[in-house]
Amino acid sequence: MTNAAHAFSALGDPTRRKLLERLSRRPMPVGKLAHGLPVSRPAVSQHLKVLKHAGLVTEVREGTRHVFHIDPRGLAAMRGWLDKFWDQSLTAFQKAVQEENDL
Amino acid sequence: MTSIAPIRKQVVVDATPEKAFKVFTDGVDRWWPREHHIGTSPLKRAIIEPREGGRWYSECQDGTECDTGKVLAWEPPKRVVLAWQITAQWQFDPAFVTEVEVNFISEGPKQTRVTLEHRNLDRYGVMAEQIRAMMDGPTAWERTLQLFGAVATGDAQAAS
Repeated sequence: MTNAAHAFSALGDPTRRKLLERLSRRPMPVGKLAHGLPVSRPAVSQHLKVLKHAGLVTEVREGTRHVFHIDPRGLAAMRGWLDKFWDQSLTAFQKAVQEENDL
Repeated sequence: MTSIAPIRKQVVVDATPEKAFKVFTDGVDRWWPREHHIGTSPLKRAIIEPREGGRWYSECQDGTECDTGKVLAWEPPKRVVLAWQITAQWQFDPAFVTEVEVNFISEGPKQTRVTLEHRNLDRYGVMAEQIRAMMDGPTAWERTLQLFGAVATGDAQAAS
């Protein structure tokens, strides 16, 4: 998979989008990120791993803590996501026109 | 400042521009990809209000509504320009605007070329810089330098 495709699938999950939203306000360690979310801390770690692999977040070691940051490079992946989004949408649109013709 | 190229797509449909325009706007609910809905409750209906300044939004099954953007130009059956106002954090932000221009070009008695351009994507880059500016802490400088290196080498990839 390309980076954009990784970002596309990584962003498909509501918990991961929630994590990105929190990180966009400020960098946070896992414990703080997991706080108040309806998923376990290991699950949050797993989601972070996916986001990291997709180039959307980075992990920085500060002393003994691992702090997660939004990775601005990953925002270029946003374009990749939108590119795929419009491909899918226009294909569906084309189908909708065809269905109307078939009525 | 990095520049991100607009997204350009096109499809040809077997219909008049009038019909293609109608399916795209009035019939948006029929083609809108449901799996990419940003709300917390499942999508019930996608709507584009048929006028300049109209809302582009979704109704959710729990009765809430979530905005995608608005109608910037309404010129049936030739052209519609929509504002896509979803940030990289998957939030609707009225202050954030990227444009989606759709043209319906007649290519025969019952054939229309539909072109779509999603532009101003570099505004996502501006947001990235804002986010980066907010970062502080003991590793901020080290990170900034790391990012500078990564962005400088990553540009060719982002532009392809």
